[in-house]
Amino acid sequence: MSGEQFLQYIFAGITVGSIYAFVAIGYNIIYNTTGIINFAQGEFVMLGGMIAYTFSGFMPLLPAIVSAVLITALVGGIIENVFIRRMRKTSVMGMIVITIGISILLREAALYIWDEQIRALSFFTGSEVSSVNIFGARISPQVLWVLGVTVVIVSGLFFFLKYTLTGQAMRACSENPRAAKLCGIRTDKMVNLSFMLSAGIGALGGCVVSPLTQTHYAMGSDLAIKGFTVAILGGLGNPIAAVAAGLLLGLIEAFSISILPMAFKDVIAIVILLVILVAKPSGLFGSSQASSLKDY
Amino acid sequence: MKRYTSVLILCIFIILVQVFTQVLGQAFLLTQMTMSAYYVLVAIGLCMVMGYAGQISLGQAGFFAIGGYTTASLSTIDFTPFGGTLFYKILDSLGLLISMETLYGETVLYLSPWISLAAAILISALAAYILGVPVLHLKGHYRAMATMGFGIIVYRIVLGSKVFGEADGITNVPGFPLAPGIQVSGDFTSRISNYYVAWILVVLAMLLLINLINSRVGRALRSLHGSEEAADAMGVDTSRYKVIVFVIGAVLAGVAGFFMTHYNGGIGPSEASVTKSVRYVAIVAVGGMANLWGALIMGFLLNFLSLRGVFGHLDDAVFGVTLVLIMMFMPEGFIRMSLLSDIKSFFLRISAREKSKTGGADES
Repeated sequence: MSGEQFLQYIFAGITVGSIYAFVAIGYNIIYNTTGIINFAQGEFVMLGGMIAYTFSGFMPLLPAIVSAVLITALVGGIIENVFIRRMRKTSVMGMIVITIGISILLREAALYIWDEQIRALSFFTGSEVSSVNIFGARISPQVLWVLGVTVVIVSGLFFFLKYTLTGQAMRACSENPRAAKLCGIRTDKMVNLSFMLSAGIGALGGCVVSPLTQTHYAMGSDLAIKGFTVAILGGLGNPIAAVAAGLLLGLIEAFSISILPMAFKDVIAIVILLVILVAKPSGLFGSSQASSLKDY
Repeated sequence: MKRYTSVLILCIFIILVQVFTQVLGQAFLLTQMTMSAYYVLVAIGLCMVMGYAGQISLGQAGFFAIGGYTTASLSTIDFTPFGGTLFYKILDSLGLLISMETLYGETVLYLSPWISLAAAILISALAAYILGVPVLHLKGHYRAMATMGFGIIVYRIVLGSKVFGEADGITNVPGFPLAPGIQVSGDFTSRISNYYVAWILVVLAMLLLINLINSRVGRALRSLHGSEEAADAMGVDTSRYKVIVFVIGAVLAGVAGFFMTHYNGGIGPSEASVTKSVRYVAIVAVGGMANLWGALIMGFLLNFLSLRGVFGHLDDAVFGVTLVLIMMFMPEGFIRMSLLSDIKSFFLRISAREKSKTGGADES
């Protein structure tokens, strides 16, 4: 493998890894405030890409993306309000089943609204053929967009959770919902906000990678399992570790293509998931002591 | 004896349905009923795993595919070129080779499906065991994802391997000669016998599971359902029972896949998809998690309607909507035991009222 080829693989891995990280961040936000794993998380990415594509038909790219993010966030909020809120007292199994049901509904709705066709948002800057030369590897400027947005989102989220009152309130809900309530935090509102936030972030991710990886109505379930793998790999509840884990999984996948047939790319991710689940469920960067206190 | 009454009713029902379709000239409906029976087999197996052992499994279609693909790949190997080798002679003397004529009049030798049946059972049981032991130690979401991951691995492997026909699947699978005169195949003339074979399998599985629920294992599982820690403390080897039930559920799915493949004459990767796994979960949820009869009835109804094409292209959406609605409004499932007893007490009340009325009339 030549040096340029090596770099090419790395950039491909980082791009795919970023989208996994987006899904994993979404898992983390919801998990942190509610303890729920939202199996419909991948669907938000799909919705973002699809809505932005439709809107970009009659408005410039930026407002199209902004509206896509806002609409998907709204969908996330509605889902929490209509389905999740009344389910709060049910078992974990009930929660799993209902979020899976929601993911089917979103996917089928997307199939009904759009169709089976694969779509792609236009490139933010340049076009399919334009490329940037970095150390001899030619990469699309879109890759830089993906990386840039990932960095902005992660750092934005970090500051939001750490330094804003709302962010602190959200974290309080995750620590102890009852205590948070006693302190006057409206936990219902925070849970709703966390669904909106994770849906919006997922949608933004869907928009940014759409030019590179395309958007398809059925892409959600694959992303859901990859995102979950990444969330677990990084240790649930830690968005920054999720990004690191996302990039790691992306790189592993990218390099696996050079050894194994393309069709087995997903198998690797899932084998990693199974091994991590069994061997170290707290994830690579999580502490096992903290995770033993959590109720999955 | 009481516990077998409902099985007896089921048997009578199965015969009545066949007779009626014959009399009404609707015998073609038996085709979908046969196929639903095989899906029902998976559903009741999953019902045991989910309802009685409390373990979610989102990979049941994977076991179904293991059963189907095992037989599809084993029983389509042409043994003619191996004629004369020792292995061939052993198989031949055991009567495990069957000869068939192709469309072009050539004779080919196939491995007896009995061998692939054994292989299908063995492989699905083994897979369930290897997956089950570590996975059943996981909790809630983690377990769900792990079983779903297993399902996806099976799906990707059959989709990506040349041996398994990639996206086309395997076709031209020969029929399964179950007994003299009875063959599991898509042959038009054996429709009725196929219907009975399929439903007898369901009856046998029901008998097995009902006995299991009422046995030591069943009691242990019920104690586990209340509180896993308490059951553990009482000395119940919870993880062992969980694995046993998981393996039984997987074998039922594998056997279903085996029969379905011979009945259809082939299998494709869509049988292994996550959507199919979710569908089985939906059926169990709609039937009421810990309710074998609910899983049987809903499994039959939903699959029959879906196979008849009643839902059209909204097929998956129907399953999604039912899943969400059931979980929101009837988490106990559509067919609840309490519902049955409600009906019973309703009729009891009416008859009591009737009695008091006639009693009153007598007095005056």
